[in-house]
Amino acid sequence: MCLGIPGQIVEIIDVTKNLATVDVSGVKRQVNIACIVDENHSVESCVGDWVLVHVGFAMSRINEEEAQKTLALLTELGEAQKEVEAILLAQAQAQTEATQ
Amino acid sequence: MKYVDEFRDPVLAQKLIVEIEQLTAQILKENKRFADRPIQLMEFCGGHTHTIFRYGIEQLLPKSIELIHGPGCPVCVLPMGRVDDCVSLAERPEVIFTTFGDAMRVPGSKKSLLQAKADGADVRMVYSPLDALTLARKNPNREIIFFALGFETTMPSTALTVLEAEREGLDNFSLFCNHITTVPIIKAILDSPNMQLDGLLAPGHVSMVVGEAPFNYVAGTYKKPIVITGFEPLDIVQSIWLLLRQLAQGQCLMENQYARIVPRDGNQPGLAAIARVYQLRDFFEWRGLGSIDDSGVRITDAYARFDAERKFPVPNIKIADPSSCQCGEVLKGEIKPWQCKVFGSQCTPETPMGALMVSSEGACAAYYNFGNLPELMALKEKAEVAK
Amino acid sequence: MTTPTPGLRKRSGILRGDTINMSHGGGGKAMRDLIEDVFITAFDNAHLDLMEDQARIDLSALTARGDRLAMTTDSYVVDPIFFPGGDIGKLSVCGTINDLAVSGAVPLYLTCGVIIEEGLSVADLRTIVKSMKEAADRAGVKIVTGDTKVVDRGACDKIFINTAGVGVIPKHLQIDAGRARPGDMVLINGYIGDHGAAILGARGDLSLENNILSDCAPLNGLINDLLTACPEVHCMRDATRGGMASVLNEIAGSSNVSIKIKETAIPIRPEVRGMCEILGLDPLYLANEGKIIVVVPGDQADKALEALQRSSSLLGRESAVIGEVKDGPEGIVILQTTFGGERIVDMLVGDQLPRIC
Repeated sequence: MCLGIPGQIVEIIDVTKNLATVDVSGVKRQVNIACIVDENHSVESCVGDWVLVHVGFAMSRINEEEAQKTLALLTELGEAQKEVEAILLAQAQAQTEATQ
Repeated sequence: MKYVDEFRDPVLAQKLIVEIEQLTAQILKENKRFADRPIQLMEFCGGHTHTIFRYGIEQLLPKSIELIHGPGCPVCVLPMGRVDDCVSLAERPEVIFTTFGDAMRVPGSKKSLLQAKADGADVRMVYSPLDALTLARKNPNREIIFFALGFETTMPSTALTVLEAEREGLDNFSLFCNHITTVPIIKAILDSPNMQLDGLLAPGHVSMVVGEAPFNYVAGTYKKPIVITGFEPLDIVQSIWLLLRQLAQGQCLMENQYARIVPRDGNQPGLAAIARVYQLRDFFEWRGLGSIDDSGVRITDAYARFDAERKFPVPNIKIADPSSCQCGEVLKGEIKPWQCKVFGSQCTPETPMGALMVSSEGACAAYYNFGNLPELMALKEKAEVAK
Repeated sequence: MTTPTPGLRKRSGILRGDTINMSHGGGGKAMRDLIEDVFITAFDNAHLDLMEDQARIDLSALTARGDRLAMTTDSYVVDPIFFPGGDIGKLSVCGTINDLAVSGAVPLYLTCGVIIEEGLSVADLRTIVKSMKEAADRAGVKIVTGDTKVVDRGACDKIFINTAGVGVIPKHLQIDAGRARPGDMVLINGYIGDHGAAILGARGDLSLENNILSDCAPLNGLINDLLTACPEVHCMRDATRGGMASVLNEIAGSSNVSIKIKETAIPIRPEVRGMCEILGLDPLYLANEGKIIVVVPGDQADKALEALQRSSSLLGRESAVIGEVKDGPEGIVILQTTFGGERIVDMLVGDQLPRIC
């Protein structure tokens, strides 16, 4: 039971019923935001939030910091790989020069 | 699309693949148990199976990694008897039977919901349980039943819908509850003597609701690495990398790769709604897997008036799968779909015998639709000749 | 081409009332009023003015244009009958014109057979007929004969339309699904899935607000521009129900070749993509009503692309090369995904149903 898609809350429709409009790439739909509202995060403050939408409910607020962390990890991986490749290349070149 | 495209980046994927290849080589070298078998990782969730096939992920991985497709597809594990119950409810003239789209094609012992609709039953596809509630408001003289299926991911949405129905004082709305739970079925797979799993990709959206803790036992008790995984292809490849890293370092932990969406303690409002509306059933029937304790939920007595099973008579007959079906073995990952004796011959998406061929998350449907069918059928023939 | 003398029979019928009823299909005066006041007045051509039971078309004028007659028919039962970007009338004319045009034929004449459900509003009917005329004019095609039936309430859904069309294929063109060869390139003239997404959005039960318009359009002008620049087109099909995936499979199957397409090259609107992501649908299988898949020899691809992009019809501005034809595996369509891995694109099975999982 997995189909969830990220979208952005663009307006509140009904505060008592926890209803808002979410925008997914230009397509808008009504969603229930009961799952992302609590005493620290009111209904009105949800406007602008990025959320995971599943069967008409906003199920989780997307943590931008965590998202960046995940991507940064992978980008660093690439950096580390490049460094390793550079070292190996330098070693290979040194070896070639030594044998000449 | 934000939070989507970044996690489909092929360049980042390539970097991961390089790491995965190195880790795989290292693991194979240092571990005798992989001398004659591949590293076996199971993705539990049907949504993960779909992503793997849709993006061709398995071919990007080294051959010594085998992905085993688990039974985490609520449509796939729906027993025939429950489909018959749905059809019987739908055929009541006062009922509007509402359901998610992919449940409509699952075969019952006589017909599917789609066939019942063609025969005149008022069956309607909805995107959200709230749409069913809207129908209830607009049709006060009809009984609206919503087919509530899914793991813990979808329980908050159906529970909150019941609570809203209660708030509005609606008396013509009920759920036919087929929600199932994840933990007992993962345990059943890990307990199975035929299973040799080296790691698990845990269902990310179930965790979004229930949090990290329910999956600790996999690493703690069963000593298998487990990673809570997102649904974009990069999430899956990264989780595979994390599992391999654990295997290479001899670790056995629960990790959360999907932290941008999965909070450590799950979703409190969702869990609160579930606790009010649902309680565990002693046991529940799974297609192909038999009866499993504590694996399903039913509506609490306090909300009985929203329980279609108590409002209406249902046949409630346990129907065995056709004898030629090997759904259970495929669901547990014991055989690959093309190894099932009826795959591609009697059982096809047009003429499905089991739900795995119907649901877009089913392993059989995935192989049939996204795989090289002529190649698979040739493999199947070869296997049959060899027997 | 000889034109019959205009105004041979004075049209006198005037349709009374706001809704269509059974007498309008009865064969008597009410039916004559319907035909004259709505159809013949709107379609306005000399063939119809003759009010014969059949249209008469000069053969020599046809054979002067080519050596094969192309003939096709299609019935249109779309629901809803009015949707963003068009209606059942526009669809019924464009769809049949396109079926002719993809053979290389110049579409010339259409028939118009309607089955109307008792109770349909006359205003709606006039709007639909007006759309048919506008689409036909845009394509330079005449609607020259027709039939009208009215059925009891419930016996059909508002209105069903059948159009048949004829056109002439110029001698030098050989376009068929079996002519794709390894090394050929595959092109499409723009964004996929607009029509399917517009219809889904318009159905209302999924409650998705969007601005997607159907891409319904007559493609004969675009195709003419393409064939003028690039007459060596091997295959051409319009990607209607079943989407571009079905057309690619048809071509791969008929030609016994493999077609490999790049997901990154396929043009798709962000909104259509968003709708597919929300519902778990694959845009490769969504219906189109203004898209052609074109297969040309490899060395003609640039020329073909330019001709499509520059077409004065403006229906090819987002054209793209999306893939190539290969030797094998035969009959198989392979997609190189945005992620780098490959998977097979099969024919659609049943109806695509929105996913939950």
